[in-house]
Amino acid sequence: MPSKIKMNENNPQERIKNFNEVNLGYTKEQAIQEAKRCIQCKKPLCVEGCPVEINIPGFIKAIAEDRMEEAVRILKDKNSLPAVCGRVCPQEEQCEKKCILGKKGNAISIGHLERYTADWEKKNIGLSGPSNNKTAKKQKVAIVGSGPAGLTCAGDLAKMGFDVTIYESLHKPGGVLRYGIPEFRLPNHILDFELDNLQKMGVNIMKNILIGRTKSIDDLFEEGYSSIFIGVGAGLPKFMNIPGENLNNIYSANEFLVRVNLMNGYKFPEYDTPMPIGKKVAVIGGGNTAMDAARSALRLGAEEVTLVYRRSRTEMPARIEEVHHAEEEGIKFMFLTAPVKYSGDEKGFVKEMECIKMELGEPDDSGRRRPQVISNSNFTMQVDLVVVAIGLSPNPLVPSLTKGLQTNKWGELVIDDSFMTTIPGIFAGGDIVGGETVIQAMGMGKRAARAMEKYLHNLVPAK
Amino acid sequence: MFKIISKKILAPNVKQIQVIAPEISKRVKAGQFIILRINELGERIPLTVASTDINQGSITLIFQEIGKTTSALGTLNVEDSILDIVGPLGHPTDMKKLGTVAAIGGGVGVAEILPVAKAYRDAGNKVIGIIGARNKELVILENEMQQACDELHITTDDGSYKRKGFVSDVLNEIIKKGEQINLVYAIGPVPMMKVISNLTQPQNIETIVSLNPIMVDGTGMCGACRVTVGGKTLFACVDGPEFNGHQVDWDELTKRLNMFKDKEKVSLDKFNHKCKCKS
Repeated sequence: MPSKIKMNENNPQERIKNFNEVNLGYTKEQAIQEAKRCIQCKKPLCVEGCPVEINIPGFIKAIAEDRMEEAVRILKDKNSLPAVCGRVCPQEEQCEKKCILGKKGNAISIGHLERYTADWEKKNIGLSGPSNNKTAKKQKVAIVGSGPAGLTCAGDLAKMGFDVTIYESLHKPGGVLRYGIPEFRLPNHILDFELDNLQKMGVNIMKNILIGRTKSIDDLFEEGYSSIFIGVGAGLPKFMNIPGENLNNIYSANEFLVRVNLMNGYKFPEYDTPMPIGKKVAVIGGGNTAMDAARSALRLGAEEVTLVYRRSRTEMPARIEEVHHAEEEGIKFMFLTAPVKYSGDEKGFVKEMECIKMELGEPDDSGRRRPQVISNSNFTMQVDLVVVAIGLSPNPLVPSLTKGLQTNKWGELVIDDSFMTTIPGIFAGGDIVGGETVIQAMGMGKRAARAMEKYLHNLVPAK
Repeated sequence: MFKIISKKILAPNVKQIQVIAPEISKRVKAGQFIILRINELGERIPLTVASTDINQGSITLIFQEIGKTTSALGTLNVEDSILDIVGPLGHPTDMKKLGTVAAIGGGVGVAEILPVAKAYRDAGNKVIGIIGARNKELVILENEMQQACDELHITTDDGSYKRKGFVSDVLNEIIKKGEQINLVYAIGPVPMMKVISNLTQPQNIETIVSLNPIMVDGTGMCGACRVTVGGKTLFACVDGPEFNGHQVDWDELTKRLNMFKDKEKVSLDKFNHKCKCKS
């Protein structure tokens, strides 16, 4: 059995000087060669591992036989954002993990093939396919938030024939795909293409509207929407509440990445949003967001970027590929360490971080071993910029401003098996109900769309 | 796109524009703000809504040309458009009948105190307005405040108009005279709000300040606008912008407001250079 085809990447020494995409994608020959390795299982386990239920062997077979239009059709039948998923999904934890060839460490590179297929469409078909814009539509539905959950839900509902409008509070749609994930992992033009595709399918996108403030949920019902999907994502960034955390140049990962990605701060002063540049940067956390922040700081010109994580390498939630890329680029990792205090200069800028060493104890609720403080292990390190990437709380705005929407103790919206909230006709998915990854959010958006179709179908005769 | 339908110069470097934004106009209440981005290259900045005209579907924004974005905004004319505006943001002022309210505005903060003063008066309070500016030229909205308040006091730092001194001097006198004040509401430069809060704290007069820290998204996502209030970190965009003045960490706020001073200067110099080249 031939081994998997590696995707070409930009050289680490070169790529840390820019925000260009790191992965270069397969060539046609590489894609066909990789696709031909798929043994086309009768009962494909990979599909079970896919939150959006893509017919994986189907599209791979089409690639192997060089029937690319068919590959695109099969892929997009289930996934409205394949170019995004092909880049940011943790395939190694999902479809590829279940691949039968994976037992010998040689799983099919499903993610790379998905990306190849989506990019092929962009290059060879573009937006020239048929438009779904003018057909008569079923009921009006509103999607609140244009992140991965909302976009998937919108795409599926549009395919089902509903009249779909997305409301986005920022000036550009995409949610975390826009403001969170840097261009070296997901270029803006790729996201724009997927959004254009959705609009061509008839989805309306309204920007600069903050549901809860600009319009209420009740307003949407009054405007004739029969059902609403809430995918407002994560809200407030979490901080550790340790002394000195509000010193200048200590940022939440959200702020740091919003400045880079949404506001193009890395092109300051061509773009107006100032971008802080650190020489000695510490990033607190071990997830994909921490990796994105660390690698962005490096590209902005940091001399040294250290990732500080309270557990050990094995517990890091970041994708292996991202950790690998970060290491290649020269990010330092400091495991089993947590900051306890920051101190600053007379102008209030952070200059020093005091840390403490940790050791791993018994497993906690997440199944990971709980980090415990080693007493008297404190030490200090010089820093001039810190990014805190330890997670987010669900966005509190819509729940707090909408009567009848119940939340649990974490502030997540309460939903039933069909993703319906405590208000009939209002559904929810993604981070606002406790989702964690882009693909999880997309899976929820997909299942919610199906539940909404059922709800709307039953609603019609009642009128 | 949000079209500008009128423009007025209120004082040197202080401008007032009326912008068509029907959804915001319908819903904005005293105390709330918007975030705008002028064009594709622009940054997002918060501005308080000074007034609205619901029939016209417009909001009125008043701003001082300090940095690059406010300076660029000042160059826009009637018929020009602003690319993005989102709002209303933040909690509206909690309007109650309390008795006597001192509504205090400093500099361009007068634009922000005006809707607050009106709303407190509409709620049945006696409103004492105190507004201040560096000099006579910079006093804005005198007539509007006159109408919105039961009594109005005006101060200038240099004494070129009305009373010489600071708004805090007037407040101090009113308190000393024994006038019962149930609430002080102050908007203006940080040093002014700090002095007012320090003045009212020993008297136990409830004091609300409206803070304007650096913001990016303004919807509770980025945490740029965090302020320490009563020892707790809060986000001005979603927890505020109004806070108990007695509990604000003014020193931290001042430092955080200066975070990007160097970069703001680079931006402004570049803008001024461009303007000079054009003219």
